Amino acid sequence: MKQKRKSISYAKWGYVFILPFFLSFFVFSLIPLADTIRYSFYEYYRSGIKEIGPKFIGMENYISLLKSDMIRYAGNTLILWIIGFIPQIVIALLLASWFVDARLKIHGLQFFKVVIYLPNLIMASAFAMLFFTMFSTGGPINSILLSLGWIKAPIDFMGTVFGTRSLVGLMNFLMWFGNTTIMLMAAIMGISPDIFEASELDGCSSIQRFFYVTLPLIRPILAYTLITSIIGGLQMFDVPQILTNGQGTPDRTSMTLIMFLNSHLKSRNYGMAGSLSVYLFIVSGILCFFVYRMTNDNDPDGSKAAEKKNRKKGRR
Amino acid sequence: MNSKGSNHVRSILAHLVLILLSFMCLFFFYILFVNATHSHADLQKGFWALPGKDLLKNLSGVANDGTFPMFQGIINSLIVSGSCAAICTYFSALTAYGLYAYDFKIRKVAFTFIMAILVMPTQVTAMGFLRLITKMGMYDSLLPLIIPSIASPAVFYFMYSYMQSSLPLSLVEAARIDGSGEFKTFNRIVLPIMKPAIAVQAIFTFVGSWNNYFVPALVIQSKNKMTVPILIATLRGADYMSFDMGKIYTMILVAIVPIILVYLLLSKYIIAGVTLGGVKG
Repeated sequence: MKQKRKSISYAKWGYVFILPFFLSFFVFSLIPLADTIRYSFYEYYRSGIKEIGPKFIGMENYISLLKSDMIRYAGNTLILWIIGFIPQIVIALLLASWFVDARLKIHGLQFFKVVIYLPNLIMASAFAMLFFTMFSTGGPINSILLSLGWIKAPIDFMGTVFGTRSLVGLMNFLMWFGNTTIMLMAAIMGISPDIFEASELDGCSSIQRFFYVTLPLIRPILAYTLITSIIGGLQMFDVPQILTNGQGTPDRTSMTLIMFLNSHLKSRNYGMAGSLSVYLFIVSGILCFFVYRMTNDNDPDGSKAAEKKNRKKGRR
Repeated sequence: MNSKGSNHVRSILAHLVLILLSFMCLFFFYILFVNATHSHADLQKGFWALPGKDLLKNLSGVANDGTFPMFQGIINSLIVSGSCAAICTYFSALTAYGLYAYDFKIRKVAFTFIMAILVMPTQVTAMGFLRLITKMGMYDSLLPLIIPSIASPAVFYFMYSYMQSSLPLSLVEAARIDGSGEFKTFNRIVLPIMKPAIAVQAIFTFVGSWNNYFVPALVIQSKNKMTVPILIATLRGADYMSFDMGKIYTMILVAIVPIILVYLLLSKYIIAGVTLGGVKG
């Protein structure tokens, strides 16, 4: 603010304007967080209609979670995330570099952009329900494969670990690759055309250009995409929950951490839900820190500058 | 010459991959639409490639189903998503304006704080949230799905960046000199300037809230208050094999059609907004 004197007299309005945000955050996020952390140290659950506790038991919930299947569910979450993320980032990089390459003369660019982004906006639960009906043993996919003669008997996609995990991965891929493509496209368009021209004069092939020019220059955005995708993966819930009806079938191999949390919340096991939330809070806190570093001014690897470029491009 | 030829090959390859991916994206929705236009008996016979004539029958079946009040659900979802979009964008713009236009002691701290929680998942506080709203008597009501959206760090960040590029402070000064009060300046001068940003974020907030499943499923109990995603989930949980399949497809169809329509109308702005928005769950 240039006019110091004036700003001072208006300072109270600053407080007034940001009050609703912080009030709402305080009531609906901070108090719940404190409550969650507090009860994570208590034995507190419902058995039938009887409420047990709250009784202070220290770290016991944390220890028993470590002994329970939590690690396994964390592994499931990781696997499901990777199955979706790897094709997503590969395809997105490929599409983004094609979209910005004028010499490829992609026809109907806008059409393709609209189509690949579409699944991102679809209700994840409805999408999962659709996949459930379509890939069920009597569903359309099996009847198509049968009538084509590619298979003899219907495949029970959701009866196998591989099938269920692949379906979750496929859905996550379909829902997110368009979004990632558009993000990366903006990042590539933010690179100065001079650099590409220079690389061309030096006789770079398109593959060399991709690996030695484009990739290193969009590294900050790639890192950002990776971290936000990990955070999204950590929250994975709707798709596997609906696809497996909250059971994580077969044999809980598609049970994610948030599904685990959800089942504790549904059964009102506040102690366990609390300590599981605290574990999740710590992990997401670390990830948030990385995002914070990337989106803030004094950022070492220049993500902010890249992002700004990004925004400028997108606004057109 | 050689590089021209290789570009040609690459171009064909690129188009093939794009068509394949577009096919994958659209195929499921096409099958959904086709199946929603067939009766249960038709669907039992096998796979249909072309639409049938039973869409209206299926729709009326969905409308009259008391176990899954789909249309009540759509109304509930519209109320929640509409209110969320309105208050979230308004208060985010207000907060961003407060931190952008005024200089006060905790300004930097407040900004840093919001940036630190930018991508914090809401799930980690779900347990305390559930207990809190139960104590406040808001359990099983739509309010707890709406009010917390006042504090949306990602929308705030978007508004703040937009103000940095499009809202000159001299304009605010000019309004002050003309005797406009601070709230009036915000509502009459700042909000109209923020319209493009508000529109983009309103769409994203609306869609996000429309599709939200985790928190509503914990909060809502009674059938007539359920939002669409919860209804879809109960559909999955029920004894599904005994259902009219045409009706199930139609239910999924009505759950996603509103968003698809909005998207087709506004796709240009939505796609432009993706890179502006940046952070999403």
